[in-house]
Amino acid sequence: MIAWTIYLTLAGALLALLLPRILARWVALVATAGGFGLGLAALFAQHTDFAHFTTIVRVPWVPALGMNYHLAADGISLTMTLVTGLTALAAVLFSWKVENRPNEFFFWLLLVVAGSYGVFLSADLFLFFVFYELVIVPKYFLIAIWGSTNKEYGAMKLTLYSFLGGALVFIGILVAYVTAGTLDLLQLTQFQFAPQLQAWAFPVLFLGFAVLGGIWPFHTWAPTGHVAAPTAGSMLLAGIVMKLGAYGALRVALNLFPLGFQMWSKWIAVLAVIGIVYAAAVALRQNDLKFVIGYSSVSHMGFVLLGLATANVLGVSGAVLQMFSHGVIGALLFALAGAVYYRTHTRNLNDLSLMGLSRTMPFITFAFVVASAASMGIPGFSGFAAEITILIGAWKTFPLAVGITGLGMVLVAAFTLRALKKSFFGDQTGGRVRQETRVPNGAATLAEKLGASLLICATLAVGLYPKLLLDRIMPAVETMRFLHR
Amino acid sequence: MTSLLPWIALLLPLASMFVILLATRSLRTLSAFISVAAVLGSFVCSCLIFFQQTSAAAAICWIDLAPLFSVPLGLTLDPLSRSMLFMVTGVGAVIHIYSLGYMSADAGKSRYFAGLSLFMFAMLGIVLANNFVMMFIFWELVGVSSYLLIGHWFERPAAAEAAKKAFITNRIGDFGFMLGILMVWTGTGSLVFTEIAAGMAKLTAHPSYLTAAALLVFCGAVGKSAQFPLHVWLPDAMEGPTPVSALIHAATMVAAGVYMLVRVGFLIDASSGALHVIAWIGTITAVLAALMATQQNDIKRILAYSTLSQLGYMVMAVGLASGQAAMFHLFTHAAFKALLFLGAGSIIYMLHHEQDIWRMGGLAKRLPITFLTFLVGTLALIGFPGFSGFFSKDAILALAYERSLPIFAFAAFTALLTAFYMTRLVVVAFFGDARSPHAARGAESPIVMTLPLILLSVPAAIGGFGFFARNFLSLPNETKPVVAVPVIALLALLIGVVSALLLYRNRTTEPVEIELFRNRFYFDELYTALIKSTQGLLAAIAAFIDRWILDGAIVRGLSGGTWGSGFLLRLLQVGNLQAYGFLFGLGIIGLIYFTVFH
Repeated sequence: MIAWTIYLTLAGALLALLLPRILARWVALVATAGGFGLGLAALFAQHTDFAHFTTIVRVPWVPALGMNYHLAADGISLTMTLVTGLTALAAVLFSWKVENRPNEFFFWLLLVVAGSYGVFLSADLFLFFVFYELVIVPKYFLIAIWGSTNKEYGAMKLTLYSFLGGALVFIGILVAYVTAGTLDLLQLTQFQFAPQLQAWAFPVLFLGFAVLGGIWPFHTWAPTGHVAAPTAGSMLLAGIVMKLGAYGALRVALNLFPLGFQMWSKWIAVLAVIGIVYAAAVALRQNDLKFVIGYSSVSHMGFVLLGLATANVLGVSGAVLQMFSHGVIGALLFALAGAVYYRTHTRNLNDLSLMGLSRTMPFITFAFVVASAASMGIPGFSGFAAEITILIGAWKTFPLAVGITGLGMVLVAAFTLRALKKSFFGDQTGGRVRQETRVPNGAATLAEKLGASLLICATLAVGLYPKLLLDRIMPAVETMRFLHR
Repeated sequence: MTSLLPWIALLLPLASMFVILLATRSLRTLSAFISVAAVLGSFVCSCLIFFQQTSAAAAICWIDLAPLFSVPLGLTLDPLSRSMLFMVTGVGAVIHIYSLGYMSADAGKSRYFAGLSLFMFAMLGIVLANNFVMMFIFWELVGVSSYLLIGHWFERPAAAEAAKKAFITNRIGDFGFMLGILMVWTGTGSLVFTEIAAGMAKLTAHPSYLTAAALLVFCGAVGKSAQFPLHVWLPDAMEGPTPVSALIHAATMVAAGVYMLVRVGFLIDASSGALHVIAWIGTITAVLAALMATQQNDIKRILAYSTLSQLGYMVMAVGLASGQAAMFHLFTHAAFKALLFLGAGSIIYMLHHEQDIWRMGGLAKRLPITFLTFLVGTLALIGFPGFSGFFSKDAILALAYERSLPIFAFAAFTALLTAFYMTRLVVVAFFGDARSPHAARGAESPIVMTLPLILLSVPAAIGGFGFFARNFLSLPNETKPVVAVPVIALLALLIGVVSALLLYRNRTTEPVEIELFRNRFYFDELYTALIKSTQGLLAAIAAFIDRWILDGAIVRGLSGGTWGSGFLLRLLQVGNLQAYGFLFGLGIIGLIYFTVFH
C-alpha cells in the first residue's frame, strides 16, 4: 500500500512532463496529495507492526549480485513518508504560480519526492543508494534553472557536497556488502561486523550521510543551497532532503555498525552541539531572510544529531520527532520567505523593515509569527515536544551538552525575533510608510493559505499531542540494536 | 470528587482566543466582549471551586513514554492553587473590563484581547499545573503572551525592543529552570509535584546536588519575577498598554515566579544553602529597585521599580522559608499594585498619554475618584496601619527579624524608601499646580475605568484583616509577636513620608539629582556592553569562520586546487608535435634511468 507513494509520484512526474502546461500543476497536486493521503492512511492504520521493519515488496532485481527490489516500513519510515507527503503537497501549493517551464519544474520536483519516498522505504542497500542519488540530480536542475541569487554556484556546491557524501556512503555500503555478503538491510542489521572494521567503517558511512544532514563543519552547502533554490526547492531541501541524511545515518550507519557508533558517539555529540550554537550565532549576523532560515535549519538539525548520539530510546525517538517537526516548520518558514520574496523582490532584512509588511500582508505575517514561535520551541508546537524529548534523552548521556545547548536556544530566540521584527514589523510607524515601498498585491492566494494552514495544523497537532507520532516511533526505536541498555 | 470546573476555567480563555483569531478579528467590539465574557466565566468557575473546596480534576496523559518518562496533564487543587485561581481570575476580570475603556479606540483591539485571553489561559495553566513539565509549558506560553502584549504597539521601536528584551531575558532564566527540572527528575524519577515531595529523601541524601537543583529551579523565578540580576526587562516592559502592565507585570505573571517557588517549597526548603542565596537575592532586589524608584519621573516606571522591590520582599520571604508570608504579600500586592497601575492608566488616558509626573500636578481636584483610589493603593503599598500592605509587609519583617537581622535592616530600609518614593509620586502628580496644558484640562475617566478602581480598592484597603485574609489562605502564624518590628516599620514609614513631603511640596522640578539611581545603577549599559562583547563577538566569529575559513579557505581552496591542477596540466597540451616528441623522449630517458640505475 505505502509503496504506491513511489509509483504514484513517479507516474505524476511523467504525466507532468507530457501533459499540456496548464495541467502540470494539477497533476503535481493530485500526485502529492495522493502521496500524503497514503502516508496518513498507512501511519494511522490499525494493526500495523510499527516496531519491526516489515517487508512490503521483495522482488529479485540483479540476483547475481544479490540485489533485490525490497521495500519495507516501520514506524520511523512511515513517519518520514508522512512528512515527505506533507512537505511535497505544501511545496506544490506554494509553487502554484510558477510560469517558467512548469512541466519540467513539476517533473523535477516530483522526482525529488519520489526518490525520497524510495529512500525512506528501501530495505536493500543498493536500492537505497539508487534512490538516494536519484534525489540529487533533479535538485541540481531545480536550483540551477528556477533559483535565484547566485544559483549556479549554490546548485553546484550542493551537488558536489551531495556527491562527496554519496561517495563516502558508497564506500561504506561496499564494505558492508563485501564483508557480510548481502545487501539486505534486514540481514545486515543482524550481522556482527568485526570491531576493528566498525571503528573505521562507521565514521566513513556516518559522515557520508551526515553531510546531507547538515553536520558541522560540512554544513555550508545548506544555507547557500537554500538561498539559491526556488521556494519549493528550499522547502524540499529543508523538509525532506536534509532528513534523508539523518535517516540514512540512523537506519544504515547506526544499525550496521553499532560498536563503531559507540566509539564515535561522543564526537557526534560534540559536532552536534557546536552546530546548534554555531549556526544560531551565524544566523544572528545574516541580512538575507533565507540565510537566517538556512542557518536555523542547520541549528535544528544539530538537535537531530544530538538525539541520535544519545543512543537511548528517548533521544533517538526525539530525533525522529525532530526530523518530522523541522521538516514541517522549516518548510513553512521557507514557503513564507518565498511568498515575501515573490511580492517584494527582496529578502534583505533592512529593505524589508522599511515596508511595513505586517499591514500589507496580514495572513503571511500571521503565519510567519506562528512559524517563528514554532521554530523557537514554544510549547504547543512540535519543535518543543521534539527538542525537550531530545534534551531529556541527552541529559542522561551528555549533561554538559544539554547545558551548552541552552545557550543555543537563547540565540535561536534572539535571531528569530530579530528576523521576525525586521522583516514584518520594521522600524516604520503607521503613517510614515513610504508609498512607493508599499506592496501592491500583498494578499495571500488561496493556494498559499491552504499550504500554510496545512503545515501549521501539522506542527500544532504533533505539538499538542506528541503521542500521535511517538507511539509509532518509539516501538521502532526500541527494537534497534545500537541502543545502550 | 472529580470535577470538570477547573478545566472549564482553564480552557474558556483559550477558546476565546481562538474565536477571536479565527472569526471575529474584524469585529473589534465583539472580540472585546468575547474575551471579557470568557474571563468572567473563568471567574465564576473559580468562585465555585473556591467555595466548594473542590480538590480533584480529571487528568489525561500527554507524553507517555512509560516507564521512561511520562507527563500527565493533571490539575492540582489545593488551598494554594484555589486561592491563586480566585485571585488571578478576579484581578483578570477587573482588568479586562477596564481594558474595554482604555483600549476602546485602539485599532488592534482584537489582537489585544486575543493576547489577553492567551495570557489568562497560560497563567491559569501555571496555577493549576500539577507537574513540572506542564508548568514549564505554560511558563513559556506566559512569556509568549507577555511578548505579544508588550509589543502591542510594535510601531514604536521602544515597544518592539522591550518585548524582545523581555522574552530573551526570560529565556535565560527559563533555561536554568529547565536544567533544574531535569536535575530533579534525574534525582527523584518523577516530575509530578506530589511524587517528588514523596521522594525527597533521594535528593536530601546528596545535599550539594539538591542545592544545585533548587538554585536552577530558582533561576526560572529570577527571570519571570524579574529578580536581580535579570530584573532589567520589567521596567522596559512598561512600554505595553497600561492594563497589561497592571495585569501581567504587576499582579499575576511576575508573581508566578514566587508562586512556583512556594509550590515547590518542599524542594527549596530542604536546602539551607539555596534558601540563603534566595533570601539575599530578594533583599538585593528589594533595596536596589527601591533606590532606583526614588529618581524616576515616568509614573509607570516608578510603579514598575516598586513592583520589583515588592517582588524582592516576596522572594525574601521564600528565602526565609515562609511560603505563607510570601503568598500573603503576593495577594495584597496583587490588589494594591493593580489598583495603582490602573490609576496611573486612568491619568495617562485622560492626559493624552502623558507619563511624566513633572508634567502633571493638581490632579487631585480634576480626577477625584482616581485620586482617592490611588491614595488607598499608596497607603496599602507603604504599609500604613490598617491597610492590607501593613499586615503582609509586617509579616515578612517579623520573619526577617526572627531569622536574620541584616536582612531585616535592609527590609526596613526598603520600607522607608517605599514610603519616600510613593509620597513623592503622590505629592508631585496630584498636588500643586498643573504643570502642562493637558494636566490643566484633565477630567475624570469614564465609569468603565473608574469602577474597576473602586472594586480593587476594597481588597487593597481591607485585604489584610484576619477575617478577610484567613478565608484565602492560612495566615503566617506569628509565633511570638515582637513589638519592635511594627514600631521600626512605623518609624521607617514616618521618616519616608515626612522627608518626601518636606522635599517635594510645591516643587516644579526635581530638587535632588542622583545620577546613579536615575540611570538604574547602569545595569542596562553594562548588559548591553556584555551582550555586544559576548553574543555579538560569538556571532561575528562564527560568521567569519563560516564565510572565510570553511567556505573561503577550505571549500574554495579545494575547488581552487582542483582548478589550478587542471590549469597546470592544460599547459602540457601544447598541440605541437615536436613538443610531444620531446616529452615522449624525456619520458623514455627517465624510465630507462629508473629501471637501469635503481
